[in-house]
Amino acid sequence: MADTTSKSYFWKGFRDGTPFIFVAIPFGTLFGVFATEAGLNLLQTMTLTATVFAGAAQFAALQLLQDQTPTAIILISALAVNLRMAMYSASLTPFLGAAPMWQRAFAAYLTVDQSYASSIIQFEKQPDMSVPQRMAYFVGSVTPITPLWILATYLGAVLGTRIPESWALDFALPITFLAMIGPMMRTLPHVVAALVAIVVSLFTVGVPYNLGLLIAGCAGMIAGAQAELIAERRKART
Amino acid sequence: MTPPDPVTVWTIIIGLAIGSYGLRFVFIGLVGDRPMPPWLLRHLRYTAVAIIPALIAPLVVWPTATEGQPDIPRMSAAAVSVAVGLWTKNVIAAIFSGAGTLYGLLYLLG
Repeated sequence: MADTTSKSYFWKGFRDGTPFIFVAIPFGTLFGVFATEAGLNLLQTMTLTATVFAGAAQFAALQLLQDQTPTAIILISALAVNLRMAMYSASLTPFLGAAPMWQRAFAAYLTVDQSYASSIIQFEKQPDMSVPQRMAYFVGSVTPITPLWILATYLGAVLGTRIPESWALDFALPITFLAMIGPMMRTLPHVVAALVAIVVSLFTVGVPYNLGLLIAGCAGMIAGAQAELIAERRKART
Repeated sequence: MTPPDPVTVWTIIIGLAIGSYGLRFVFIGLVGDRPMPPWLLRHLRYTAVAIIPALIAPLVVWPTATEGQPDIPRMSAAAVSVAVGLWTKNVIAAIFSGAGTLYGLLYLLG
């Protein structure tokens, strides 16, 4: 019986995760095009997309690679973009932490924006779900996008070499990231974090090795955290 | 443009693969059910929202393709994609309106 209900939760996750294919397909294609433009071969592009499996960090690494940034700075910056995965991992732990180790190791690989967003909403809405049911839902939510993300990257990489320079693809990456900023502005502290990071990044653009990015990122994180503390204190007072 | 050095590229790919998996595994795999300090969680919440704008802002003001000269089509496209993203909360709508603005203005001013 437990098996049947887990199966139905898998399909519920699958249905809830399906709309995200409209993000994964264009985003994956764009990544394939970009990686090719940046000079990566097909094997490098596909290894990157399948192992890192996080669009924003992959794009960040490519951009810095084109700017001739030292390898260590590229790694730190791209992993900083992915620090939110640690946040997701932390947030999912109370719900999935009791699952067997091999399942948790597998779930870690599948922790992306989409599976996290669908699952955390579902787990909080229905607190009586068992751990196997939660795991089934989590895996289901990421099943529609994983193969399509990899396939879309492949198509982008193959087609990318045929795209002429007049298409101004140099700016496709900034546009993609800028488009992601809007939906992230969930609260006032998020806005504060972004604004502080922007201002500091413009002032630190002359700092060597692209270290300005890390300085600006840290400044933004501290500003966001402080803004959140101030907002909480205000709420407590009223 | 010269292709990047393969050793550098593979170092980045392997480093990112291991690092990203580590970030995903650290809490769910290692921490288990132990609680984490609130100050750490508070800073982690704002990493993506700080790093992404910091990465992009200089590229908008000083674009690579125009050799660092501020450029009307690119700045307008940037403004439109942020505005549409804020308004609709829809990433794909924001990408397409930003790209539409860029191509429209490049064609008109071109």
